Parts: sequence; structure tokens; C-alpha cells
Amino acid sequence: MTTFNLVESSLDPKTAVYDAVVNAGDPWIHEIRTGQVFRILDLEGNQAVDTLFYNAYDPEERYSAVDTVRAQGALYLTTGTQLMSTEGRAMLTITADTCGRHDTLGGACSCESNTVRYALNKRPMHSCRDSFLHALAHYDGGLTKRDITSNINFFMNVPVTPQGGLTFADGVSSPGKYVEMRAEMDVLCLISNCPQLNNPCNAYNPTPVRVLIWNAPEQ
Amino acid sequence: MAQNLNPIPPELFLWEEALPGGCHWSGILRRGNALRLTDMSGRANVSALFYNAEEKLERYNMPDTLKAQHTAHLTMGHVCYSDMGHVLCSLIADSCGWHDTVCGTSNAAMVQAKYGESSYQTHRNAMHRNGRDGLLVELGKWGLGKRDVVPNVNFFSKVVADEAGKLQFDTANSRPGAYVDLRFEMNVLVVLSAAPHPLDPRPDYAPGDVMLTAWKTGTPGADDVCRNSCAENQRGFYQTEILFR
Repeated sequence: MTTFNLVESSLDPKTAVYDAVVNAGDPWIHEIRTGQVFRILDLEGNQAVDTLFYNAYDPEERYSAVDTVRAQGALYLTTGTQLMSTEGRAMLTITADTCGRHDTLGGACSCESNTVRYALNKRPMHSCRDSFLHALAHYDGGLTKRDITSNINFFMNVPVTPQGGLTFADGVSSPGKYVEMRAEMDVLCLISNCPQLNNPCNAYNPTPVRVLIWNAPEQ
Repeated sequence: MAQNLNPIPPELFLWEEALPGGCHWSGILRRGNALRLTDMSGRANVSALFYNAEEKLERYNMPDTLKAQHTAHLTMGHVCYSDMGHVLCSLIADSCGWHDTVCGTSNAAMVQAKYGESSYQTHRNAMHRNGRDGLLVELGKWGLGKRDVVPNVNFFSKVVADEAGKLQFDTANSRPGAYVDLRFEMNVLVVLSAAPHPLDPRPDYAPGDVMLTAWKTGTPGADDVCRNSCAENQRGFYQTEILFR
């Protein structure tokens, strides 16, 4: 059994400059400035938080799952992981993590992939990629489906076996667990708080998460 | 029709083209045709991206491919899914056994740091090339660019994860003459780079040469191995075939 390195944060939610709840199944889009610290808190446990990052000034530079995996020579995200861009630069660094493991291979659910994975009649169900498109359609940033690439699934456990199998394991998160990251550049963050109802990873019950931002500590 | 053909019967042959190690290529492969990638030296890596040639916003999707088939690597029986629930291509034969899906490509900074400077000015066409720039050049020929680079397949490369997720590149995965056959289920824009795999630990820049061979394979029948490798693929093939009704 792999033991996780759990790292707590000393930041106090009372001093956060931004504090909001993202309801189950909703998207969230927000800028995070260089040096600011961003926390996602799993309020009720095992909620998948599908997350994309873009360079705030040049969104052609964006979070890259494969560059992140390649740069650290390892699949899972936790404290110390640098979230890498397509240009090979660190966008954010994970600085605290009381969950211990986050996925970046599993991607985001969509109507179309649900029809393949579960049944042809699942197409009408709400999905992360519909949430992403909904958020981008109302965000005046010129981003489209072309910009929806492979994301992070915070709080999801998707182990790869040494034989190369992919498994969706029981969640490793629980109510109150959080992951925190420091922005290394000004980024735009796009979240879909996953509405998936076909997968036991969230006990078939999507739940809200809390997002907080702290300003950079004074030098 | 037997799908595992080696050698390819002359009456089915369409074309053949060499892809030297390090270099890049793109082209259209049509539904019912297949492309064989052959590792000529045993040291090839072929970074590949796939787009629906008729609607290039639809493209290969690594997570959908892995989740549908409960796998993190590709071999015979697996297919490459688009982000729209369609099967772009199927691995109908594979003498190699493992193709990487999660490590992306090398880039210019990485290749320079690892192998040293080797420019066109000093080395002409033996210059060092990297996967990301190779893919970007080919994508540019079709009106695509940085926004269209998504996680790619690395054919002939094997990277194994331990329980903690730490990755190890297997230098013994391929061998001279190893091949993988891709049957196209849609009309697909194929974009390739034969630059070194980003986690290949060997210190010398020596990407292997690749032979590309296309032939007529026909569309899959009801008993097709890729269609029937899981219930997910049966649904994926159905959704792909209704596009062509």
C-alpha cells in the first residue's frame, strides 16, 4: 500500500481574499495572480474537481497533463508537483495536500464519452465538458472547444497498474480534505465540479466544493 | 478478411514512404485503409496525433481512449477514440506489444539540454529535431497550431509506472522490424513525429527510422477483434459507423 505524504497548510480561511462555494455540477472561472495561493476544499468527500489552467495573457499556453507527468517522471499529483504548461513552464506548484493523490489521466466526462463508457442513452446527461463549454461561451476570452485539453481531476484516484491497466479506485478523499497551490504565473482557472452520475467514484452523488484564494505573503 | 497480414498482399498495397528518425509527416488516411508503422532499427518512437479530416475540431482524446478500454497503454485490440465518442483508428496488429499514451513529446529545450546543440547550420538535415516542433510544423500545414496539440500516442515506446506512479522507460520494448497496424474507421488526418521519446534515457541522439506502408484493409465486420474487445468498443464502432450511413 502506498503511503501518501499529507501536508497541511497554515493559511487561515478568514484571511482569504476570495472564498466561494462551487455547487455540484457547476463550472467556475477565475483568475489567479502570480504568488497567490489557491485552495480547493472537498466539502463532502470524493468529489471530482475537473480543472484546467491557462496563461492569463496568452491562453495558447495552457496546462499540459503529459508535460506535468513527464517533468516529474511520475503519474500522480501531490505536494511538490509543478503543474506544467505546454511551453514547459511551471504554472502552479502544489504546496499543501491533505488528500495525497490527484489524477491527471482520466480527463473530463462528456455526453459523447458517456455514451461509449456506459450506454447509448446517456447522451442527455449533464457532463464536465458541457460545463466547460457553457462557461467559455459566457466568458469573453475567445476560448472554445479547441482550448479544452486534458485536465486535472483533483481528489480522484485513478491508479495505473504495472501491467498498464487503468482503474478507477475507491476515493482517497473525504470531507474537509483540500489541495493548495501557489501560482507561478498569472493564470485563468476553469473548473467543472463534476456532475457524473454513472460512476461510483463519487458514490453517485456529486457535491459542492469550496474555493479560496490568498494574496501572496508580504515580502 | 484476415486483418493480420504480413507481408501485405500486393493487390491491397496503396503506398509506402520512409519517415527518417527525428523527422515529421502528415497525411490523410481514409476509412477502410490501414497504415503500418515499422520500426526499422528497433529504436523508433513515433509521436502521433489524429484528427477527423472532415471536422478537425474532433481529435484524438487520450483520457477517453484510456477510460473506455480500462488501459493506460495501447496494443492490438485497442482503438483510438476521438473526443466525440468515435473510433478514429484501431490497432489491428502489433508485434511490439506496448505503446505509450501519457508522456507527451520532447521539446526544443529538452533536446538541446539532453543531446547538445546540433543545428541546421552545422549538421544540415542530420540536425536534432524535437517532437513538439515537428508536430507543430505539420499541424500548421492544415491550419492547426498550438491550441490543437493534445496528449499524443508514442508508438514503440513503453513506460511503466510503479505503485507510487513513478515512471520507468523500457529500452527493450521494440526491436528491428517491429510493426503496428492502424486501420482507419473514419477519414483521418494523421500527424507524426519520429523524434526521440521524452523519457528515453539513452544519452545519444539516435531516433530510429520508420517505414510507413498503407494498404486497403476494408471496414471491420461483426466479428472484428477491436470491435469486440469490450462493450465500450461495440458502442464506439456503432456510433462511428452511423456517420457513414
